[in-house]
Amino acid sequence: MPGKLKAKIVAGRHLPVMDRASDLTDAFVEVKFGNTTFKTDVFPKSLNPQWNSEWFKFEVDDEDLQDEPLQITVLDHDTYSANDAIGKVYIDIDPLLSSEAATVISGWFPIYDTIHGIRGEINVLVKVDLFNDLNRFRQSSCGVRFFCTTSIPLCYRAVVVHGFVEELVVNEDPEYQWIDRIRTPRASNEARQRLISLMSGELQRKIGLKVLEMGGNAVVGYLQCFDLEGESGLVVRAIGTACTLEKLSGGGATNNAQHTANSSPSKDMKESPKACMSGCRSSHSSPVHGAASRLAQSFSVSYPTLLFSGMGSGGSAGKEAGPLKILLRQQTQTALEQREFPFFTLTSFPQGFLLHVAGVVSARSVKLLDRIHNPDEPETRDAWWEELRQEIKSHARALGCHAVVGYSESTSICEEVCILSASGTAAVLNCRFLQDGCLDVLSEHRCDDSAPPGCGFCHVPYDELNMPFPAQLSPCCCCHRTKVPDVLFTTIDLPTDAQVTGKGCLIQARLCRLKKKSQGEGNATCISNLLPFLEYELHTQLLNKLKLCGMNALFGLCIQISVGENMLVGLASATGVYLSALPSPGGIQIAGKTPNDLTYDQHVSSIQRKINDTIVKNRELYEIHITEVAEDVIGSPIPEPRQRSRLFRSHSESSDELSELDLSHGKKDAFVLEIDDTDAVEDLHSLLTDAPTPPGFYSCNTEIMPGIYNWTSAIQMFTSVRVFRLNNANLTNLGLNKIFNELCENLLKSLYFKLRSMVPCCLCRLNFTVAVPEDELIQVAVTAVAMSFHKDQTQEANKAAQAHSQMKAIAETEEQLQFPLELNAESASPLSPKGSGPQDGSNSHGRAPSVDYSSFADRCSSWIEQLRLRAHTIRRGSIKTSSSPLPEGRSRSLRSTRSFPGSSVSVVKMTPLSFIPGAKIVKYLGIINMFFIRETTSLREEGGVSGFLHAFIAEVFAMVRAHVAALGGNAVVSYSMKECVFMENPNKNQAQCLINVSGDAVIFTRESDQEGHLPQTSHPQPTEDTPP
Amino acid sequence: MSVELDVFVGNTTIMDQEVYQLWLSGYTVGDAVKVRMDGGVLDGCDASAEVLRSDTMDQFRTFQMCERLLHNPAKLANQLLFQIPPDRQAMLIDRYYAFDDAFVREVLGKKLSKGTKKDLDDVSSKTGILLKSCRRQFDNFKRVFKVVEELKGPLVENIRQHLLLSDRLARDYAAIVFFANHRFETGKKKLQYLTFQDFAFCAGELISHWTVGAMDNQLEDMDVDLDKEFLQDLKELKVLITDKDLLDQHKSLVCTALRSKTKVFAEMEASFKNLSRGLINIAAKLTNTKDVRDLFIDLVEKFIEPCRSDRWVTIDVNLYLTHYINSAHILDTFKHQAVWNSLWDELFKMLTDIQHVTVCFLVKMGMVASGASAAAEGTRATAASSEEPVPVHPTQFTTSISFSFRDMLNVGCRAWPHSGSQAC
Repeated sequence: MPGKLKAKIVAGRHLPVMDRASDLTDAFVEVKFGNTTFKTDVFPKSLNPQWNSEWFKFEVDDEDLQDEPLQITVLDHDTYSANDAIGKVYIDIDPLLSSEAATVISGWFPIYDTIHGIRGEINVLVKVDLFNDLNRFRQSSCGVRFFCTTSIPLCYRAVVVHGFVEELVVNEDPEYQWIDRIRTPRASNEARQRLISLMSGELQRKIGLKVLEMGGNAVVGYLQCFDLEGESGLVVRAIGTACTLEKLSGGGATNNAQHTANSSPSKDMKESPKACMSGCRSSHSSPVHGAASRLAQSFSVSYPTLLFSGMGSGGSAGKEAGPLKILLRQQTQTALEQREFPFFTLTSFPQGFLLHVAGVVSARSVKLLDRIHNPDEPETRDAWWEELRQEIKSHARALGCHAVVGYSESTSICEEVCILSASGTAAVLNCRFLQDGCLDVLSEHRCDDSAPPGCGFCHVPYDELNMPFPAQLSPCCCCHRTKVPDVLFTTIDLPTDAQVTGKGCLIQARLCRLKKKSQGEGNATCISNLLPFLEYELHTQLLNKLKLCGMNALFGLCIQISVGENMLVGLASATGVYLSALPSPGGIQIAGKTPNDLTYDQHVSSIQRKINDTIVKNRELYEIHITEVAEDVIGSPIPEPRQRSRLFRSHSESSDELSELDLSHGKKDAFVLEIDDTDAVEDLHSLLTDAPTPPGFYSCNTEIMPGIYNWTSAIQMFTSVRVFRLNNANLTNLGLNKIFNELCENLLKSLYFKLRSMVPCCLCRLNFTVAVPEDELIQVAVTAVAMSFHKDQTQEANKAAQAHSQMKAIAETEEQLQFPLELNAESASPLSPKGSGPQDGSNSHGRAPSVDYSSFADRCSSWIEQLRLRAHTIRRGSIKTSSSPLPEGRSRSLRSTRSFPGSSVSVVKMTPLSFIPGAKIVKYLGIINMFFIRETTSLREEGGVSGFLHAFIAEVFAMVRAHVAALGGNAVVSYSMKECVFMENPNKNQAQCLINVSGDAVIFTRESDQEGHLPQTSHPQPTEDTPP
Repeated sequence: MSVELDVFVGNTTIMDQEVYQLWLSGYTVGDAVKVRMDGGVLDGCDASAEVLRSDTMDQFRTFQMCERLLHNPAKLANQLLFQIPPDRQAMLIDRYYAFDDAFVREVLGKKLSKGTKKDLDDVSSKTGILLKSCRRQFDNFKRVFKVVEELKGPLVENIRQHLLLSDRLARDYAAIVFFANHRFETGKKKLQYLTFQDFAFCAGELISHWTVGAMDNQLEDMDVDLDKEFLQDLKELKVLITDKDLLDQHKSLVCTALRSKTKVFAEMEASFKNLSRGLINIAAKLTNTKDVRDLFIDLVEKFIEPCRSDRWVTIDVNLYLTHYINSAHILDTFKHQAVWNSLWDELFKMLTDIQHVTVCFLVKMGMVASGASAAAEGTRATAASSEEPVPVHPTQFTTSISFSFRDMLNVGCRAWPHSGSQAC
C-alpha cells in the first residue's frame, strides 16, 4: 500500500440553479478514485455551499496513483427522482508524486459538464502521502518528471541525455461501443474523457518505467497525441527524450539572459564551447507504404545545393574529424541495442551539444485501419511506427548523421485511411561525453577557443566526395574554413550561438490537392501516389518564398499533411532567417516557355520586376544588410538557353519524371522559375505575393526571433480557429489552392489587426494546424503568443551590451552544464570521415577544468530564495483551512476605491514558449495534459458554431488556469493545443468538439520583484467568498 | 465558399472599448463595422472589411458571454472563465451600467414593470436610442432595484457594495430606485424642462432627509421608504394657514425681514398667503401616496409658477423661503411650549428641503441671478443685449414662456451649465 491520497471538499460557488421551484440547489459531492467513492453531506438550498468535508482517504497502489485521475462529481440531491449531475472535475495527481513538483493541490476548479460547459466552481484540497517502495519489480514510475518543454528546463541541468522513449496504448473507443446506442451523450462523453485520462496516466507510467530502466529521472520534450481511429480504437501515444536532470542550485538561469543570448548573434564567443563544423543541406525523403502490402514506391527528393567550389578540406576539416573519430570509436565501444533510435525530441540544446545539422529527414506512410488484425493490441501500430523510425534513421545515416533532433510524429486520419508522419533534423551531436561515468573526464574536455563562433552547426557533416545527393557547397562565409550548403532546412529552433543577419520571418507553403473519392486500398494507393508530389511542391514553394525573403535557412519546419475525403491539404510552416555562414541566396528568375509572344514577354518581365522589387523590399524589412556585394543577382539577366534546360519547375504537371529530376543547377544564382501558361503565371503570382507583415509586426514559428532582444513583459497567448466551407462542387486544384492560401493569409491578417495594440510585437511559436473535418470543410487552428518589445534603439543598444555580458556569464555557467550524451548509435555508421586530415585533438582537450568561484555568491542568494519559496509553499499548504492572506496588493491597488467581495482570481499566464520574458522560472510544478469533450444539442441557442467553439476554448483556458493555480503556479509554459476536433450537424442543431491541451505548470518570479510575489497569496478562500 | 466558423480567444480577454460602446449602444455587427470603418480604424492597417467584421463579431460574442456575469458584477471578479485585469473589469461594469440621460428621463418614476418594458419601443423611437440599448438600461434599473429592494442600510452604499458601481453611478441609481419606488410623476409637460440630474439632486435631498434611515440612524432600516411618521407630522403645519392670526403674524414677520432686500418685495407681499397655502397644502397631503407621486408637479404648479409669473429670481426665492422658515420658527417658539420643538425642527427640515428643491427647480427655470453677484448681472445684461440664439438645452421651455424669460434662461445656463444642484 504505497500511497495515501487525501481529498477534502471545501466549498462551491456560482452553482447553477437545479431546482426551478426554489431557484436553488441541494448540492453534494462524490469523490471517486479507482473503485472507491466517498460522498459529502448534502448542503441544502444554496448556490454557494460550504461543505467543509472531512479528509477522504484513499489507500492505493502507486501504480493506480499514476494511472487514475481523482474524479469529483457535483450532484443535486433529489428526494424522489435520481440525483442530477451538475458536473465533474478530473484532477491529475501526478504532480504530487514527485518530491520536486507540487506538494498540494488546492484551489477553485471549474465544474465542467460536457453538455453545459462550466457550471460553477468547487474548492478542493488534495494531498498525497507516498511511502517509499524499493520493489524492483514494481510497475509504477513515480517521481519521473515530465516536461513538454523541448529544451532542458530552465532551472535544471542535464547530467545525462539518455535518448528516445516512446510508448503507445490502445483501447476501444467508448463512442463506438455497442452501449453507446443506449446511453446519453453525456455518459458517452464522460466515458471517453475518463478513458483518455486513464490511458494517458498509464502511458506516462510506462514511459516512466522505461526512463527508470535507462537510469534517467525525467522526460523532456514529452509529446503525447491521440489518434481517434474510430471503429478500430483509440490510440494514445507519446514520445520524449529521457534525461537525468539535476536541479540547478542557482535556482535557474534567468530567462532574460537566456533569450537575449539566444537572439543576439554572438560576437564574442570566446567563452562558448566549441561547436564542431558540419555541413548542411536539406534533404527530404518520403517513403510511402501501402496498407496491407507495400503498395507504393519509396521516394526521395534531395534539395538544391551548391556546387562544391575550391577550398580543400585540409586543416580545418581535420578539426572536425577529431570528434567524429572519437564518436566513431565510442560508438563501437558502447554499441547499444539496435532497436533503439538515436532520436531527440528536443529542439534547442545546451551549447556544444549540437555539432552539425544536415537537413530535414521525414517519412510518411499510408495505412489502412480496417486491416488491423488485432485492433485492441498495440502491436500493429508499434510495428508501423517502428518501420517509420527505421526509415528516418536510415535517411539520417545517408546524410552522414548519427542522430535525429527536433523529432516529432503525427497522424492524419480520414475514415479508414491513416497517414503516419515522422520528421526530424539529421544531425551530428557532440559525443565526446558519452556516459555517466566520464563526467569527471568531461570537464577536461574544454573547447578550443579557436572554434568558429556561431557557424559550426551549418557546416556539412557529410563528405563532399561522397554526397548522398547532388549538392552545392561553398566555403563558410564566417570562418572560410569549411563547406556549407546554400540552403539549410531544419525542424529545430535556431541555435543560441547561431550568427544571423537581420530578423527572421514566418514562411508558409500551402497546398491543396483534389483526390478522387474512393474506398479502402484504392484510396490508400491514390493517397500514396499523391503524397510525393504534394511534398515536393511544398518544398518548392518554401524554397521560392525563402528566396523571395532574401533568406537562406529555415528553422522549426513543420509539414502537415491532412487527408480528407476528396482532398489532401498540405501546410508547411517554418521561420526563415539569413544565416551569416551560408552564402547569400540568389534571386529568382522567371522564364517563359513561349518567348515569341511579345505581350507575354512583357508580362513575364513585369513579374520579374515585381519579384525583384519584393526581394529588395523584404531585405529592407527584415534588415538583411549584407556587406559583401557578391550578389548583383537581383535583376540579372536570364541565364543562357543552355542552362534553361535545367529549370526548376513549379508545377506538378511537370513532375512525372520526378525521380530523376535534377534539382541542382549549374550557376549559383540562376534560380529559375519557368512558367508555361497564363494559369501558371497567376499561380506563381498568388504564391509569391503573400501580404507582408504590417509594420511593427514580426512573426515566427520558433521560440525566439533573431534580432529582437528587449521584450517587455506583455504577452498575449491566443487560439484562433477558422472553418471554411467550399460550396463549389467542381473546383480545380488551382482554385482550391487559392482559397486555402487566402484562408491562411486572412487569418494572419486578422491576427495582426487584433493585436495591433501590442505593436511593436512579435508573434512567436505561430503554430498552424490544418484538418479536413468533412467533405467540403477546411479547418485551420492557430495557437501563438504575441510578445511586445521595446522599439527604443538606445535601450536596445544597452540591452545588447547587457546581453553581451550576460552571455559571458552564461557561457561560464554553461561550462558546468556540459553533460554526457548516451548515444544509441549503431555500430555501422556511414559517416566515415574521409577527409582524414591531421587530427587535432586540442579541440576537445583545450582547457583545464575551471571552477567558477564567482558564481558561488549567486548560488547562495538563490539558495536563500529557494528556502523562502519552500517556506511559502509550506505555509500555503497549512494555511488553506484557516483564514488566508489577502490577495496581492498589486491587483488591489488597481481596483480603485471599490471593494470587491471575495477575492479576485489569481492571474495565470500562458505561453507556447519555454520561457516568460523578463521573468525567472523558479519551479516546475508538473505537466498539464488535459482532454475535454464538449457537445451541444442547442447549437443555435449557443450562438452557432462560432459561439459554441468560442465558449469551449475559453472554458478550456479557464480549466487549464485553474489547475495551474491550484498547483500553486502562475504560468503555463510550452503550452500547446494538440488536438481540436470539431464536428457539427447544423441540421440537427448539434455540434461536438474535442480539445487536447498540454503544457508545463510553473512558478515564475519577475526579475524586478525582489520579494518574489508568490501566487499562492492570491488563492481565494472559500470563506471570504460571500455570495451577494 | 464561406467562413463557417471564426473564433479568436485570448488568454487575457481582448476587449476594445470602442467596440464595447457600440455593443452597448445596441448596434448590430454590420452597423458596428460601418461605424468603425467610418471612424478610421482601418487607417494604417493593411486589413479588409472582412477582417474588421471578424474582429467585431468576436468581440460582440465575448461581450455577450460576459453579459451574464455583468448582471452580477460581484461574480465578474471571481469567475474563472475570462481572465480580465481588474481595471478592465471596472471599466466593463461602469460602462454596462451607464445610461443615457434622455432614456432615464423617459422612465424615471415609472413602475419598472413588464408593461413599461413593452413601451420601450416608443421610448426608443422618441429618444433615438436603439431598442436593444433601451432594454439593457431598463433591465439594469430593474436589476438594481431588485437587489437593493430588500436590503437595509444606506441606499447609495448598498448599490455601490453590491453592484460595484462608481460613486457617481451609485448615486444616480439610488435616485432611479427611489423615484421608481415612489412612482414620482416626472413626465408631465410642465416638468419637461428638468433633467435627470435635477431630479437626482432632489432624490438625494429627499433620501437624506425624508426617509426612515435618515430619521433614525440607529434604526438600520431602509432608505427607500419615506418616513410615514414624519409625513403624518407634517399635517401639523396646517396650523400656519388655518389659524388666521398665525398666518398674519407669519406674513408680517417675513415681510419685515424682506423689506428693502428685494426688488420684487411688492409681489412677495401680495402673494404671501397664496404661496404659503400652496406649500403647506402640499406638505399636509403627503400622507397620500397619490399626492406623494405628484409632489414635483404640485411644487411647480403651486409655488414655482406663481413665483415665475411674478418674475422672481432665484435669489428672491431663496431669500423668501429662508425667512419664511425662520419666521415660522420664531412664531413657534413664541406661541408653543418646548414640547413641540422637536416636531417643529422636523417640519423645518422638510421646509428646508422644499427650499432646496424649489430653488433647484427655479434655477432650471431660469429664475436665476446667481446670488447678488454683479458679475452675473453683467452677464445677463450682455446676454440680453447680444441677441444670441436660445441655448440648446434638452428640456426646452414651453412656448408660453416669454422672450425676456428666455434671455434669463440663457444666463442661467451659462452660469450653471447642466447643474442645478450646484447652485443650491
